[in-house]
Amino acid sequence: MQPDRHELALCVNGTPYQRTVEARMLLSDFLRHELRLAGTHVGCEHGVCGACTILIDGAPVRSCLMFAVQANGCELSTIEGLAAASGDLDPLQQAMHEHHGLQCGYCTPGILMTMTAFLKENPAPTEDEVREALSGNLCRCTGYQNIVDAVLAAAANLRAAAP
Amino acid sequence: MTTRFFGAPVKRNEDRKLLTGQALFIDDVELPGLLHAAFLRSQVAHAKIRGIDVSEVLKRPGVVAAYTAEDLGGYWRPGPLLVSPPPIPGIVFNERTHVPLAKEVIRCAGEPLAIVVAESRYIAEDALDDIVVDLEMLPAVVDLEKALKTGTAYVHDDLGNNVAAHVHQAKGDYAKAAAKAHLTLKRRFRYEHGISSPIETRGVVAQWDARAEHMTLWDTTQAPVFVRNVLAGALGLGEGQVRVIAPFVGGGFGPKIMMLYPEEATLPWIAMRLNRPVKWIEDRFEHFVATTQERGQIHDAEIALDKDGRILGVRDVFLHDNGAYNPYGLTVPINSQCTMLGPYVIPAYDSTFTSVFTNLPIVTPYRGAGRQHGVFVIERLLDLAAHALDIDRAEIRRRNFIPKDAFPYQNELIYQDFAPLQYDSGNYEPVLDKALKAIGYDNFIREEQPKLRAQGRCVGMGIACYVEGTGIGPYEGAKVQVRANGKVSVATGIGTQGQGHFTSFAQIVADQLGVDVTDVDIVTGDTDRFYWGAGTFASRGAVVAGNAVNEASLAVRKKALKLASDAFECSEDDLVFADGKVSIVGVPGKFIRLGDLAQRANPMRGAVKPGTEPGLESTQYFGPPSGATANGVHAMIVEIDPETFDLKVLKYVVVHDCGTVINPMIVEGQIHGGVAQGIGNAFYEKLSFDDQGQLLNASLADYLLPTALDVPRMELDHTVTPSPLNPLGIKGAGEAGAIPVGALFAQAIEDALELKRKSIELLEIPLSPSRVFELIREGER
Repeated sequence: MQPDRHELALCVNGTPYQRTVEARMLLSDFLRHELRLAGTHVGCEHGVCGACTILIDGAPVRSCLMFAVQANGCELSTIEGLAAASGDLDPLQQAMHEHHGLQCGYCTPGILMTMTAFLKENPAPTEDEVREALSGNLCRCTGYQNIVDAVLAAAANLRAAAP
Repeated sequence: MTTRFFGAPVKRNEDRKLLTGQALFIDDVELPGLLHAAFLRSQVAHAKIRGIDVSEVLKRPGVVAAYTAEDLGGYWRPGPLLVSPPPIPGIVFNERTHVPLAKEVIRCAGEPLAIVVAESRYIAEDALDDIVVDLEMLPAVVDLEKALKTGTAYVHDDLGNNVAAHVHQAKGDYAKAAAKAHLTLKRRFRYEHGISSPIETRGVVAQWDARAEHMTLWDTTQAPVFVRNVLAGALGLGEGQVRVIAPFVGGGFGPKIMMLYPEEATLPWIAMRLNRPVKWIEDRFEHFVATTQERGQIHDAEIALDKDGRILGVRDVFLHDNGAYNPYGLTVPINSQCTMLGPYVIPAYDSTFTSVFTNLPIVTPYRGAGRQHGVFVIERLLDLAAHALDIDRAEIRRRNFIPKDAFPYQNELIYQDFAPLQYDSGNYEPVLDKALKAIGYDNFIREEQPKLRAQGRCVGMGIACYVEGTGIGPYEGAKVQVRANGKVSVATGIGTQGQGHFTSFAQIVADQLGVDVTDVDIVTGDTDRFYWGAGTFASRGAVVAGNAVNEASLAVRKKALKLASDAFECSEDDLVFADGKVSIVGVPGKFIRLGDLAQRANPMRGAVKPGTEPGLESTQYFGPPSGATANGVHAMIVEIDPETFDLKVLKYVVVHDCGTVINPMIVEGQIHGGVAQGIGNAFYEKLSFDDQGQLLNASLADYLLPTALDVPRMELDHTVTPSPLNPLGIKGAGEAGAIPVGALFAQAIEDALELKRKSIELLEIPLSPSRVFELIREGER
């Protein structure tokens, strides 16, 4: 069987890419192994753990539950694009560092992407709202407490910095 | 030594890479010509293999090779036995270690039968469907008690029974203790522990360089040095021809110490045969059956007490589910047996266990490693005794604590490290006092609980104590080297899976050498950077490797002092280390940079004195005589919905003593994570096998891990009783958070639902809402 192949053009972190891929190639595999943007991690490949979360046109999406071809023409954001070009961590990354919001760090990229979208939607969340938004991302190391604190601190810092 | 960093909540050096997606994890290893392996795993738990036909596989485009056990030829061999049985008199241990691919007999569902190697993972997985397997089904051994009855099937036919091990250990005379007891209580306890489920599954990449005759293995292992040694032996290579690299590893929690997993054993062999690099990444469904796990024990335990609630003795007979093979020896059941003694004076203890072979995945240590089981039994026995004797449950614990002047305290049994179980140090009452105060014990019992109950709310409290043997030997080592640019590099043989070693070890070095933490670069888990060591397990990384780092730093400090005192022609006592420089006390302008000293220690010309070692570096080792004993108390207030039995934790307190703390931020993180896993264990996580050994909940949609909505905010406090067994006074903290949570939940749920009034006892874990419902319904009949 010769798998059918498709032309694909998309933009990741502002960089345009064009590739020919098999119809069945998962978006997570495409990002990691074709584009070599390996910061997006794969934890379960059945849409539960949230480690592979990226933003597609600004919305958080599990890249293991999508085929690459479905992202044709889309604007994607991944962990590699979160810090400033200067190398400075963004406020959420910085807060995760300050609050020890990561241990092994494997689930961290997915959490950062989920929370980036969440804080855009809800710039002044309560702890309960943060926990609800975070509940689609599994972390086995931290017990979540420090992640919650980091997100709340990042929200406060972002609000303080807003014009 | 000035302690600017040691003991401070220093932010982690490793965070930046992890936060920006730049850390190298196993599946990020990409190599030219990389092939991908997929494993055909048995769908059934017990069968004879009549034949496995892989001929169709090779016809599929993109497939490069396929292998069965027969193809491995002389390379096929069981083992290794990671931990031999401890020197306990009368011990029975029937060694049956795991195999790389099943040959003749399948002993658990998920056991690998064949390997396909292809140009892509997609093709390799497709091709598994082309393999034809002919099996003769056998009845599966699943139930621990049935496994020991006559007429059952045998997991290992040649053994003639399903006994993996039988161990009896005792101190004092239990029969005499029971004879003079005011009260004896006997119950049956069942404790299940689940799967570690790190968010990164396992993976292996093997690369053979035929010209250099050198093997490189990237591996998600917690013990790279041992993987190298075993693998070199198996492949017929010298250790120097094999490099094992454990890159950033996405959580370990125990099962990543197990070796050689079939994938670790076979991928290097395939890479050599094909002379191409090969990668295998476990998927989540595989993880449920291909990675080792913990499971259940059944305890028949009895406690004897005097009228004041003082323990006279404990007797316990238990069955331990070992799974299909026993490569990890007896670590898990020995931990259960020893940890049951807890922080209490138990003059007579008589414990016997039988470790049982079943047609289920292999059991090896997972965070806590059997300690949970033991703690659950003793804590529940004390709860029952407190109720029967009408003694407050905190008070009965306090009365039985080992007094602070009784350390070192000899518990006589042989522990998992083969040394007699001796508690090095401890002071338990202040820990209990702090926990009671933090949870508001008296106020809750006297005022809050009656008030809330009057409103119809089901609120309850739990309080549980534990000790944990940590930081066992044999040893670890470290090499500390000052580079010419003044930065310090450190290498150690252990692996790291999120414990913050890149920071805590750097703190030790930074204080000894007067440099900044960010100027210390730590390498862990690369056997070419550090040759010797054992690994990261048993809450030992900071204790054993941390002290090795300290010893090596001290030796480098001495060298630097000698060089600088020669240069300045002054006494070593007049020198201080700060800001990357050695300077003369009170004369800040008179200094020499550490980097310059390192260069001076490597002269290009001239003669050196006999015995001079070049460079500003040292390699030192540390091995403790036995483990350091940490302890703690957890307390919790819960509210339960009386209709749905949904449980909400209203308050959670941990007070612990892990000796001297290097980095309180990191230790607190370890406790948080441990408690979260404990909550999963106590509440949700049960591997449900049917009577044919099929795992019924092998996905994260069915086997529920706690989310941010399930893990409560925790209040932490600690006391410090340094360990006398190592110069830094450290005790381990990695597993502590997870250990007493089951006991805590059972007690709190009983209290919240006032089950004692109905004479209903919760003697098992996990206690999901549906299980609590069932137990109450059964109890009310």
